[in-house]
Amino acid sequence: MSCRSLLLLLSAAIVGLSACRKGNGIIPGEETQVGEPDTLRNGFYLLNEGNMGMNLSTLDYYDRSTGVYKSNIYSQINPGATKELGDVGNDIGIYGSKLYAVINMSDKVDVLDAHSAKRIGQISIRNCRYVTFYKGKAYVSSYAATIGDASAGAGYIAEVDTATLQILRTVTVGRQPEEMAIVGDKLYIANSGGYSPPRYERTVSVVDMNTFKEIKRIDVAINLHRLKADKYGDVYVTSRGDYYNIHSKLYVIDTQKDIVKDSFNLAASNLAIAGDSAYVYSAEWSYITNKNTVSYAIINVKDEKKVTDNFITDGIDKEIKTPYGIAIDPENGDIYVTDAKNYLLPGTLYCFSKAGKKRWSVTAGNIPAHFAFIPR
Amino acid sequence: MLQGVTIFSSKNNSVSPVQTLSGAALEKMNSLSVADAVRFFSGVQLKDYGGLGGLKTLNVRSMGTNHVGVFYDGIQLGNAQNGTVDLGRFSLDNIEQIDLYNAQKGAILQPAKGFSAASSIYLQSRRPAFNEGETTHGKVAVKTGSFGMFNPSVRLEQKITNTLSAVISSEWLHGNGRYKFRYTNGTYDTTAVRENAGIDATRVEGGLYGQFKDSSSWHAKVYYYNSTRGLPGAIVSNKFYNGQHQWDRNLFVQTSYNKKFGKRYTMLLNAKYMYDYVRYLDTSIITDYGPLMNRYRQHEYYISSANQYKLTSFWDVALSADFQLNEMTAVNLDHFAIPTRYTTLAAAATQLHLGQVEMQANLLATIINEKTKLYSSGHDYSALRPTVLVSWQPFGQEDLKLRAFYKSIFRMPTFNDMYYSTVGNPDLKPEHTRQYNAGIGYTRNSKGFLQFFSLQTDVYYSHVKDKIVAAPGRNFQWMMQNIGGVDIYGVDASVQLSPRLLDKVQTDFSVKYTYQKALDVTDPQEVNYKDQIAYVPVHSGSFIAHASWNKWDINYSFIYVGERYFLNTNVPLYYLEPWYTSDLSVSTSFLYKHKLIKLTGELNNVFNQYYDVVINYPMPGRYYRLTASINF
Repeated sequence: MSCRSLLLLLSAAIVGLSACRKGNGIIPGEETQVGEPDTLRNGFYLLNEGNMGMNLSTLDYYDRSTGVYKSNIYSQINPGATKELGDVGNDIGIYGSKLYAVINMSDKVDVLDAHSAKRIGQISIRNCRYVTFYKGKAYVSSYAATIGDASAGAGYIAEVDTATLQILRTVTVGRQPEEMAIVGDKLYIANSGGYSPPRYERTVSVVDMNTFKEIKRIDVAINLHRLKADKYGDVYVTSRGDYYNIHSKLYVIDTQKDIVKDSFNLAASNLAIAGDSAYVYSAEWSYITNKNTVSYAIINVKDEKKVTDNFITDGIDKEIKTPYGIAIDPENGDIYVTDAKNYLLPGTLYCFSKAGKKRWSVTAGNIPAHFAFIPR
Repeated sequence: MLQGVTIFSSKNNSVSPVQTLSGAALEKMNSLSVADAVRFFSGVQLKDYGGLGGLKTLNVRSMGTNHVGVFYDGIQLGNAQNGTVDLGRFSLDNIEQIDLYNAQKGAILQPAKGFSAASSIYLQSRRPAFNEGETTHGKVAVKTGSFGMFNPSVRLEQKITNTLSAVISSEWLHGNGRYKFRYTNGTYDTTAVRENAGIDATRVEGGLYGQFKDSSSWHAKVYYYNSTRGLPGAIVSNKFYNGQHQWDRNLFVQTSYNKKFGKRYTMLLNAKYMYDYVRYLDTSIITDYGPLMNRYRQHEYYISSANQYKLTSFWDVALSADFQLNEMTAVNLDHFAIPTRYTTLAAAATQLHLGQVEMQANLLATIINEKTKLYSSGHDYSALRPTVLVSWQPFGQEDLKLRAFYKSIFRMPTFNDMYYSTVGNPDLKPEHTRQYNAGIGYTRNSKGFLQFFSLQTDVYYSHVKDKIVAAPGRNFQWMMQNIGGVDIYGVDASVQLSPRLLDKVQTDFSVKYTYQKALDVTDPQEVNYKDQIAYVPVHSGSFIAHASWNKWDINYSFIYVGERYFLNTNVPLYYLEPWYTSDLSVSTSFLYKHKLIKLTGELNNVFNQYYDVVINYPMPGRYYRLTASINF
């Protein structure tokens, strides 16, 4: 081959390469038949957090009427949303006809139609974490603080009008507030203080919803995170500990007296409460085996007694590498647990019957985490 | 007679595979920094966060950035904190030559450090050179262009005595770092400007070079780098601006002495002190003392003695011993242990020339002692690792060489790997690599149509064991762990030609191609078992065409990086599309009042392709650069 023809070939190769760039386009989700069609009940959404910086938060939907699990539905339904759902989906909730997806590192709450998942708008809140609802308003916790703030890095709760999606008021709480729950006309907020280890916060803030003012702080334990209310006027809150010597633990707050009334020596990572049962999974690291020992406990919230250490009864718990999200089906009591694996692989969603037997499992997105059931 | 430039200078006589960029070719490469230039090598991936100040690190043969040793004038540039060197900080202004060796430099007289990395890149700063009767000369250059860049530099060389000369080189890089980027999925189509990407960096470098009558040589240098830069961060939905900022100060002093005693014994002594300071500010994280601010300080002390002895005309042996001390402190980092690491290295090497066969082998002993002021410290570690390099020139004078090597080596966990708050894990073991390589090299110079022809091909298999990765650990928090495994099968191939297509026009062409299957073999039970690892394309390559006529030079460079995944699982959600860029440059030189003046104009990413090397870190589209220099 002469040099000239070799060069010609090269130029052709370069032009040919141009065809290789097909564009990232809209990444289609996958549809998997996982369950029996059930036209009487509504489905649910699962929000995948996605690794920080990767803009990898995705939304999955379980269509119960067909029994089909659809992954990554957001970008197909909302192709016009620049850079899709966003970075680190931290919480999700449905209120009225709207679905609120709190996208932490995207500084926004994406608001969708709860039935079609079509985007309605967004609420811009810097470093937003969790969402809860009360009397026609959404309440969003935020880590964001202003520089030079006298309260030294305190976060806030934003009150959002669910009709106009406008922020109406804010109330300052502790540093890096996390999950919230409403009991009566009080809002309970778990403060973490996670930005200044080892000087964590150790309180739950109580906000009077009539005045929208913080009325007290209940001293609980360091680095609080999850917070759920039961139907008996108690609030369950988890402490993450310091990841070294102070272990994570579960506390119960009596909202009548606003005091800590009980605690469980359970390294609670996450919990879901349905009826009289709190489903708690916990992970305790053993320095001897260098492994986490995971338990899937049920606590009876009526008498505050642990009922079982393993609500997964068919041995599938051994398959779950990193339990992450947990939810209880409001209608039939099915238990959902997600496996975030190594946080990089696509995760798995497991559905267990109330008896703790696996019904089905399906591949979800990156770090499957938060559930929102569509009410009937 | 036209002078051949040959883009990648051939060093076909090396035992280990080597790629070299030097002299005139390096000058014409459309490159601002070492990072821009090394993209054209085969077998490498440059991890580039984009822009003037974006981190740029080199990964050779998919084994990971931490396995690449970077040497500056023969002495390793270390960073015990993160184990990587930002090649974007080394401007080509003062670089004379870049060599990339797989395995190691094919020489036995070198510091023990030279044997200690899986692959090594050697940066050679410009040495002073004087014409007859000359005692002082220098160069002033100015670069300007896109990103609001302004980059003046000055270089002064002074002959002090017949045996001693000095050089001072300095530059200032300033830019706002702004450029347009674009993201689209076919429906949305968003163009924005990269913000908080500005940089101000100063480099001052001074060197003394002694060449003595007893054929010994001595060289000492001081290097100082000071920069402040914005860290523009990832572009994610609804957030196109990030408020992080970083300040760096790096100072090192190093010296080297080489002397031959008699006909048989050669000695090489090296010493170095390095100070590194990083200040990091994140205004989006407000702690109880204000915006998050960390300060990191490192000290490194290093001495080395290398000795070579010629036993017979065909047999050499060498012994080298290095000692290094690394210290690091951190401010506002919880549970930081304040570590000190003592590294002792000893290498015994031998070299045999048996006619057409050349062989090098060495054993490297590494002893690591680690202690910390607080909390738990890493474990002491010691290991003995071999390397064998062989080459065979079967046809006498014909420059055709077959080569092969085996190397087993490891990299230590970095201070970040071991001590970075909850993520760090002091129980980490080193990360091991094993490399097998077989290659062929052929070079021919002739006076005919094809003035230069070179073909280099290597096939290799490498295995990375106990790869240090972040994975759910204590209570499922991110924690560094030795759990990864990677199998790498690759082919690096390159062809270079300098045909005389036209009379009086020198033309050079280079084509490089890399094939790499880098498979995650961490867990056979997992869905991603044997999936391609993150950021490694199966196919990649480069093409360079260069022509010079009279005082004019034109250069065209093309890079292709095939499709990749940004995580170790090959699913559509993690897919990154291929990218390819074309760069053009034209330069000329002329004499003005007996001073040599050079002008270069560059147009880079000519077709304005928008792409990410690292997910959500957009690279610049089309941009230009102008350079003017005057030699005095």
